[in-house]
Amino acid sequence: MSARGKKLELVCPAGTPAAFRAAIDAGAHTVYCGFNDETNARNFPGLNFSTEELATSVAYAHKKGAHALVAINTFPRAGAVELWHKRVDDAAKVGADAVILADIGLLDYASKKHPNLRLHLSVQAAAANADAISFYARAFGVKRVVLPRVLTVQEIAAVNRDIEIETEVFIFGGLCVMAEGRCSLSSYATGKSPNMNGACSPASHVEYREEDDELVSRLGGFAIHRVGAKEAAPYPTLCKGCFEAGEYKGHVFEDPSSLDAGALIPQLAEAGVTALKIEGRQRSRSYTEAVVRNFRKAVDDYAAGRPVVGGALRDLTEGQTTTAGSYRKTWR
Amino acid sequence: MTQRFSLTVGPLQFNWSADAFADFYARIADEAPVDRVVIGETVCSKRTPFYEDRIPAAIERLQAGGKTVVLGSLAMVTLEREKRAARELFEQTALEVEINDLTLMNWARPPFSIGPLINVYNEATLAYLAGQGAKLFCLPPEIPFASVEKLAHAANQCGAVPELWAYGRIPLAISARCYHARVHGLSKDSCQFVCDKDPDGLTVNTLDGQDFLAVNGVQTMSHNYCNLIGDLDRLAAAGVRSLRLSPHTGDFVAVCKTFADAASGAISGAEGLARLKVLAPGADFSNGFLFGSCGAAELAPA
Repeated sequence: MSARGKKLELVCPAGTPAAFRAAIDAGAHTVYCGFNDETNARNFPGLNFSTEELATSVAYAHKKGAHALVAINTFPRAGAVELWHKRVDDAAKVGADAVILADIGLLDYASKKHPNLRLHLSVQAAAANADAISFYARAFGVKRVVLPRVLTVQEIAAVNRDIEIETEVFIFGGLCVMAEGRCSLSSYATGKSPNMNGACSPASHVEYREEDDELVSRLGGFAIHRVGAKEAAPYPTLCKGCFEAGEYKGHVFEDPSSLDAGALIPQLAEAGVTALKIEGRQRSRSYTEAVVRNFRKAVDDYAAGRPVVGGALRDLTEGQTTTAGSYRKTWR
Repeated sequence: MTQRFSLTVGPLQFNWSADAFADFYARIADEAPVDRVVIGETVCSKRTPFYEDRIPAAIERLQAGGKTVVLGSLAMVTLEREKRAARELFEQTALEVEINDLTLMNWARPPFSIGPLINVYNEATLAYLAGQGAKLFCLPPEIPFASVEKLAHAANQCGAVPELWAYGRIPLAISARCYHARVHGLSKDSCQFVCDKDPDGLTVNTLDGQDFLAVNGVQTMSHNYCNLIGDLDRLAAAGVRSLRLSPHTGDFVAVCKTFADAASGAISGAEGLARLKVLAPGADFSNGFLFGSCGAAELAPA
């Protein structure tokens, strides 16, 4: 059966109330955001929402016929789970349409304390096959899973055949090459990790230094990039760095590229995906606006049976090179 | 002297030949003073066909040597055959299974335990899994000591055993992409099993020449070897009851004996450390995740 004509839901990031409104105004069906603390996986200074800002933003989304999701997707610290519980309570109180969770203990809490609150499974839970997803659906009543970026389009189709809940996949933005929620590279180099602190390769541990004729960027004291002094040094995200392994010298894990699977929208729709997710709560309002507008046009084009044009946003991407990542099998 | 800790030999993480695999477990069975041995492929399902016919004999010999044998599960299950294999771990024997991917919760039956690759960061998650029947938790290697204290207490209260990764290169990440294949100019599907060239993993250096990480197929590991032999007093005080020793080349039976001697108090932590330095002369030791500023930090004295 062809999926042509299917309307895909566009799920867009917001790091600030201004970006939230901009995303809605640019055509987002759904916006996701987080609280301004360690409970969410984009815990950067100056970013994210107070409870009051969230309440105003959720109300704005609802007024415009859009949805608001709240990511509470770090793993609660031992001895401090109450903070994460409070954030789930806060999200329910302000009328969020769903919370995006990863931790089993927190899912258990939310499903018991707020039986009417819709639960989405964060990519941080790394549920990479139908049986894993079914476990979360059965145990906690999860209604949607954000698929980890380890699957090909064919594998996504197979997953959708075997599960009864919705799937959401990343379409654009930063690209993790490791299974998310299962990566301790950042805490190995800096002590701060996405799982525990909501931060990967944090700016607090970054240093740029000119040495001889080169510009070196370091993370936690480890050299990640070394370029000519006149070149732009990429941000030292650990897994995108240049290293040596045996005879090999280069990007051992991944090039400094980011995900653009815009050209795969038809295949993802046919694979049974419900929603497309744009990464980048840490990006600017103008970035969010441009990306959302572009992808809203793409999903509308697809729904109307018009051809979908990908790759129009290359200038906005990290490192300005893009990849379809794991969606194509050759990436492996 | 009574043992303060039980000792677990973790699953072999590297791609060794079938003969090396069989020899390793034969020696552990006959000579290593350990209580539990986790056996099975946890990193890459493509490796399994090379040695799976040697596993039953290894299990039998380990049991004859008085060890509790635990079947280890794959770290990341995506393919149909991987799901089938995971399910069969529970269905084909009555042995304890160590869960390293929550996919296996679908079929879990007692006895089962939770491996270090499951995200158990807090008491609530631990209590949920203990409520489902988990009897031992090897805690995630990245958590700091303050969390270990709370989780060990929570596990003991649930009647489950708290275990810590105490020796060997630490698994840091898992990917769909094979880095061993990538650095050899190959893809995962045509990898030629090049990970067998590095029986302790392939060290990744920074462009400053600093030792940093190690790749092991689809897995990325610490360059350094976790080593908690100098920390056993504070681990015991925190309620940790089991230590995991992760296999490496060299005289691993001697590594096990050293930990057994330190666990019983027959030798001091300092003496244990001195012995381990001789046994693994190329290794840089660390207890950074637990006691330092980061996982890569140099070994901090107790």
